[in-house]
Amino acid sequence: MSLNDNIAIKVSHVSKSFHLPHESQNSIKGKLINFNKRGYEVQEALKDISFEVHKGDFFGIVGRNGSGKSTLLKMISGIYSADEGSIQINGKLVPFIELGVGFNPELSGRDNVFLNGALLGFNRKEMTEMYEDIVAFAELERFMDQKLKNYSSGMQVRLAFSIAIRANTDILVLDEVLAVGDEAFQKKCIAIFEQYKARKQTIVLVTHDMNFVEKFCNKAIFIEDGKIKSTGSPTEIALEYSDSNNLSYAKGKNEAELKKLEKIKRDIDIEILTDKGIKQNRFAFGETMTVRMKWDDAAIKSAGIAILKQSGENIFAPNTYQDKIKFNENTRTVDYEVELNMSEGDYYIKAGLFGKTDKKIIAFDDEGPSFIVEAKDGRQRWGGVTKLKHVWKIK
Amino acid sequence: MKQFISKPNRALLSELVRTDFKLRYQGSLLGYAWSLLKPLLLFVILYVVFVYFLKIGKDIPHFPVYLLLGIVLWNFFTEMTVQSLGSIVGRGDLIRKIRIPRWMIVFSSSISAVINVLLSLVVVGVFLVINQVPLTAGILLLPFYLLMIYFLALGLSLFLAAAYVKFRDLSYIWEIILQAGFYATPIIYPIQMIDNSIVEKILLLNPMAQAIQGARYDVVTHATKTTYSAWDGSWYVLIPIVLTALIFVGGLLYFKSQAKDFAENI
Repeated sequence: MSLNDNIAIKVSHVSKSFHLPHESQNSIKGKLINFNKRGYEVQEALKDISFEVHKGDFFGIVGRNGSGKSTLLKMISGIYSADEGSIQINGKLVPFIELGVGFNPELSGRDNVFLNGALLGFNRKEMTEMYEDIVAFAELERFMDQKLKNYSSGMQVRLAFSIAIRANTDILVLDEVLAVGDEAFQKKCIAIFEQYKARKQTIVLVTHDMNFVEKFCNKAIFIEDGKIKSTGSPTEIALEYSDSNNLSYAKGKNEAELKKLEKIKRDIDIEILTDKGIKQNRFAFGETMTVRMKWDDAAIKSAGIAILKQSGENIFAPNTYQDKIKFNENTRTVDYEVELNMSEGDYYIKAGLFGKTDKKIIAFDDEGPSFIVEAKDGRQRWGGVTKLKHVWKIK
Repeated sequence: MKQFISKPNRALLSELVRTDFKLRYQGSLLGYAWSLLKPLLLFVILYVVFVYFLKIGKDIPHFPVYLLLGIVLWNFFTEMTVQSLGSIVGRGDLIRKIRIPRWMIVFSSSISAVINVLLSLVVVGVFLVINQVPLTAGILLLPFYLLMIYFLALGLSLFLAAAYVKFRDLSYIWEIILQAGFYATPIIYPIQMIDNSIVEKILLLNPMAQAIQGARYDVVTHATKTTYSAWDGSWYVLIPIVLTALIFVGGLLYFKSQAKDFAENI
């Protein structure tokens, strides 16, 4: 059976289970002694998974830890074999389950570049041609003759990433590569992904980061307990994913609290816009950001917003009740405009919709959209979270 | 076969072998020179022990060189199987994270062993000249014996590497088997010392015994007793070759049947 030219990956009815030994018995003695005992437990990691990835898709696979998404990725990559069903790949596929696979700490940075390049299928000649660029991109010119074990983890990631992006392939498979590295590195990643998206590179990505899914993917699946829970547009999937996360988060609470939480917890329709009304989540220091909230409930009489650092630190949280802004009968939308006098970094928004006072919560969204603040001219010249109005006086 | 020699595979193979070599002499002062120094010093020891003290091989001309060649060939076999045994488990990081042909890992460690034996044979060659061993056309058969050992060791390597993923006792078991094999193969003693001709004949059916004795016969001295001479040239001499072929194919098939599960089992 050959694949339609349009299709890059076709997964049909794939199942996979693992035999997990109760106590690892990979010795002959263990096998002999426990000859009759069933020393293992069967864990079904994937059950009857089917989907197709088309050429040019930026395909997201989301799911919570242990849902089977990484297993699926490894099967697509040909690392695990399927128990049932088939996986067909059309073209060359390169997986990045992790950055810097095969890096050897005892070898020099230079040797590792060549070794890693060979794992991507490049020979010495090709690697020699690319070598300068790779080193320059990783900003490690001075360190290439040192052993890798003397590199910081950040340096290793930079080196691995700058080799990885050379991969010349039809299909790229990525597993949470973005989870590592500092902000500067993540920005580099994002820039690369933008390039990939622009040139219609086929990509399969496993991630927890819903912003990322919404920003880049054009299709996504949500995996739960080894099954595909839903397939659809990234926005739908992102919504469903955060819903399911919130529910399981609430599982730890008691019944009454849970009911209350479920009632009020929901995604509020929030948009982040520039002062010109363009949808965007990247701002320069000092720019004005507009947060637009919409609802459809006449009982809502006030609204509040909190801006938090990605780490959870609350920066500023005003609401209309305290600011004495009155909604009228027909108010269903409110724009909150704020000057972003904050340090560079990742932020996100929490929002609440209230009744007459801010004590009566009607809806609460604790995982609103996120945004990025960048230093104005590329460099921040002060420390701290926010820039306060200040004057220096020389006496 | 097309996959075997594809460009990415060749690139990977050469890098894996290079890495092996770089790591082997990692941090040692003399580095690569050890590849030559090891057989050289070994020869000095053998010479002192067998020429001045033990005198077992006095019936065999050029006994120290005879001995060195045998040991070099046996070491080739040992090194290749021992290194390959742990190769799949040792490269678990690659196997669990990327897609490379599994056999490539065993193959690359076998190539390292080949490079080493070739270097050692250079040293053997030097001693052949120093000892004024007459050069015969028989030396042209040496590659045949090397290939025989290579395929035997590769078949065993594939089997051992794949089985070691599941049974970690194998490394100890294999060490003991090698130790037994070392004495069951006429390496340090001339096979003539065994006065039971049945045992002698059976020992010579071992492919390693045939390869080592054959190489000695053709390279060092015709005083070497080979499988051919012990069995009077009957068809039994084919047994070691057939055994080698069977072991190679068996190892390959076993490896193929296990390869797809390596990532889960390591």
